[in-house]
Amino acid sequence: MIEKILVLEVVLPLLAAPVCVLVRHPRFCRLFSLGVIAACFAIAVALLVEVRGGGVISYQLGGWPPPLGIEYRVSTINAYLLALVTAMALVVFSFDSRGGPPRVPEQRRHLYYAVFLLCISGLLGIAITGDAFNIFVFLEISSLSSYILVSLGGHRRAVMSAFYYLVMGTIGGVFFMLGVGLLYQATGTLNLRDIAARLEPSLDDRGTVLALALLVVGISIKLAVFPLHHWLPNAYSFAPPKVSAFLAATATKVSFYLLAMVLFTIFGAPFVFEELRLQAVLLPLSILAMFLASGAAIFQTDLRRLLAYSSVAQIGYMTLGLSTANATGLAGGLVHLFNHAVMKGGLFLVVACLLYRVGSVHIDALAGIGRRMPLTSAALVIGGLSLIGVPGTVGFVSKWYLVSGVLERGWTAAAVLILLSSLLALVYVGKVVEVLYFRKPAETQPVDHVREAPLGMLAPAWVLAVAAVFFGLTTDWTYGVAREAAELLLAGGI
Amino acid sequence: MSPETTILVALLLPVLAAVSCLLLGGGLGRPNLRDIATPLIGACTFATVWRLAGDVLAGGRPELVLFEVLPGVELAFQVEPLGLLYGLVASGLWIVTSIYAVGYMRGHHEQNQTRFFTFFALSIFAALGIAFASNLFTLFLFYEALTLLTFPLVTHHGTDEARRAGRVYLGILLFTSISFLLFAILFTWRLTGTIEFTPGGILGAETSSGMVTVLLLLYAFGAGKAALMPFHRWLPNAMVAPTPVSALLHAVAVVKAGVFAILKVVVYVFGLDLLGGSNASLSLMTIASFTMLMAAVIAIRQDNLKARLAYSTISQLAYIVLGAAMATATGVLAGGMQIAMHAAGKITLFFCAGAILVATHKKKVSELDGLGRTMPWTFAAFFLASLSIIGIPPLGGSWAKWYLMVGALETGFAWQAAFLGVLMVSSLLAVFYLMPVVVRGFFATSPTAGPSGSAGGDRKPIAEAPFLCVAPLVLTALLSLALFFVAGDLASLLSF
Repeated sequence: MIEKILVLEVVLPLLAAPVCVLVRHPRFCRLFSLGVIAACFAIAVALLVEVRGGGVISYQLGGWPPPLGIEYRVSTINAYLLALVTAMALVVFSFDSRGGPPRVPEQRRHLYYAVFLLCISGLLGIAITGDAFNIFVFLEISSLSSYILVSLGGHRRAVMSAFYYLVMGTIGGVFFMLGVGLLYQATGTLNLRDIAARLEPSLDDRGTVLALALLVVGISIKLAVFPLHHWLPNAYSFAPPKVSAFLAATATKVSFYLLAMVLFTIFGAPFVFEELRLQAVLLPLSILAMFLASGAAIFQTDLRRLLAYSSVAQIGYMTLGLSTANATGLAGGLVHLFNHAVMKGGLFLVVACLLYRVGSVHIDALAGIGRRMPLTSAALVIGGLSLIGVPGTVGFVSKWYLVSGVLERGWTAAAVLILLSSLLALVYVGKVVEVLYFRKPAETQPVDHVREAPLGMLAPAWVLAVAAVFFGLTTDWTYGVAREAAELLLAGGI
Repeated sequence: MSPETTILVALLLPVLAAVSCLLLGGGLGRPNLRDIATPLIGACTFATVWRLAGDVLAGGRPELVLFEVLPGVELAFQVEPLGLLYGLVASGLWIVTSIYAVGYMRGHHEQNQTRFFTFFALSIFAALGIAFASNLFTLFLFYEALTLLTFPLVTHHGTDEARRAGRVYLGILLFTSISFLLFAILFTWRLTGTIEFTPGGILGAETSSGMVTVLLLLYAFGAGKAALMPFHRWLPNAMVAPTPVSALLHAVAVVKAGVFAILKVVVYVFGLDLLGGSNASLSLMTIASFTMLMAAVIAIRQDNLKARLAYSTISQLAYIVLGAAMATATGVLAGGMQIAMHAAGKITLFFCAGAILVATHKKKVSELDGLGRTMPWTFAAFFLASLSIIGIPPLGGSWAKWYLMVGALETGFAWQAAFLGVLMVSSLLAVFYLMPVVVRGFFATSPTAGPSGSAGGDRKPIAEAPFLCVAPLVLTALLSLALFFVAGDLASLLSF
């Protein structure tokens, strides 16, 4: 039964998008999209429960068996990603943004929902397919739609940052495409498992090494690995707040999965981490990201930019987990996908609440808001604590396993650096909290009229805030799954 | 009630207090009910913790496992002698403090009292969590929670000064706990594969002595709440908080959480056998001795009464660290005893400082001339508590000092006599920073006595702080006297 509905995960949102375009009624489109996403979430959870413990579900499109046909293949790691993306999409979509993105007039609102659905189906497609070219197609679907989504932000510069994002994203896409082409040339197949089986990577084989290089750089651009992250702060800070929340919680996560899949499944850990020693590049870059991006976050005066730079730093934690290439560290990186999605998604939703009520998230405009919007501010504090990695929050779980994994490798200095870098998070979170609660509002910007955000906004933000604590204390469905996925990846499977 | 439920109830009662504060003070607008509810629930908490004492004295170790957080890491509690003692001290003094706080907060016309009492109760919850933690994770969880929950209390006034102090407070406490304590915990996890507190320790004898030293120092500095120099600056800064906070949290619950963590780690992670007579032990003893003397010298030079008491706390905490660092049964006994003795003494001193502030708005030692005659109860209590801190019989503090000296002699180090000397000098310094307050109060002539100067004739009327302030401080002063006579029970509880 479950094999039959597996394909719906991608097909549902893909078909729902044109339905929205045809019906054009904004209220219908909103509820319809929400229903579709909820269905996708239900399927993803069912898949995750099914494959937990080492199961694999395979679906052959059109009945053509692989390697000729396209295979959708779900194991723990895919199901984990699917559940993550659909869960975040569900929460973000249920956020009632009271009028949608500022640039979109009422009569074109349906297009916005259609693009959103396309983006979701693209991300789900990447996570579910077992075919390299298919991945490229979905990568472009999700990327193109996210460029559009970013450009819908109210500010003039939204268009500019979307364009910049488009240029960078396309370069990344081309790199990825070339890499896949080289792999096809070397193996004559596009099925991922088939490629993995046929490919015998060695340092002498320039074509393979080049393919790896192209793939890694291409994905790194999409993932915003330091120093290829320049598109991200602008894109996240000028996009509509709901879009920032969605992209921050999902887009980079899927890219991370792609990177892990390329390194571990296609090329294999022995080649990448023992012969090629990719960690010699990845580890320093990760640590630089943690420090420089967090450092940059400290000096931001716009809350969205601050969070965006913090995202770059958090991606550093994920790639650091990747570079340990052991089960603990990799699981730490994978669990951070979910954990970071929860906290950063929640924080961007808080930003959306603040924008709605205060009209600006410049640090000076937030003075004294803690008393005017106590619940919103409290959600921000919880998200912030999680970014720091206080025990009892999801951030702590990630940190625990990242540091354990790094110590297992014997990289004591890196372990110390991880812990020190979380103190930078303390500084930038502390800065915001101080302004919210202690600074007196300026004379020119009275806050007396500011009220608590409406329930439709507050509830989704709080769902994620509560999740940040809940999954900080019960980790069976986060770390447990991530650990399984990590072991699977290290064994070379997906 | 089974022991499991007792532990759970003891932990949840402070949360109930916080909720009832929020409801009665915030939602329903009944501040009087709120202020009655807190001490009542406090009394229940103390009684619940007391119920566990019988079990523990009989050799039982009541346990409560809530759930597994990470594979192999549980949120779990176990009551053992040290934790029981710390839990009794924190919950017992909470009753007195919550009564005192009512008098103080009203007498001093403080704002946001509901928020204050709510976070106060939550801090006690965190303190009890630390007391009963059965592994390093649970300890760390509540340790960080205590830091964060006390932050709104430290910054209660919301002034620039409070904000600056809050920054130092959070900065130092989180810096030390994340970069040292968490690292040490993870390293222990890496070395042994467990972080359970185990009698006899979990670090095997094969751990190299260099590693042991590094780890011990990481733990000792990581428990920044113990205020070992050079990470002590947060404590004087925390004194901007209202006095009940300084009294219960920054003389008892918070600072004791730090030294308690060190004691626990020494006994249950390293084990006395591994540490005893090692270089690690010696280096921590040296650091503790340095802190003890330096803080005492600085205390003498403070004119602000609360700052002086804060430095005195730093110095007195070092006694406990010294006891732990000795890594002998006597040392741990002395450390545990000092937790209780110092708590009773120092809370009295802070209560007095607060009472003086409420009654006269005076904060400086140099302004206290002659006040003893108008506030006899307060100054008498101050006198008694000072004697206890200095360590003069028949007050409780003397036993802690006694056992520490015995412990210092028992350690096998070549210069054991030096540590004995340090302890003596430190007591002497305590005389110098505490006695001037009493002497000024009772014997100096008040500058406001008038230019006529005839001090003998016009006796000033008694002008004490409100009754709710004075009664608790008299009570705790008598407690430090009473503790002298029950030290035997404490010693049998803490025999390792």
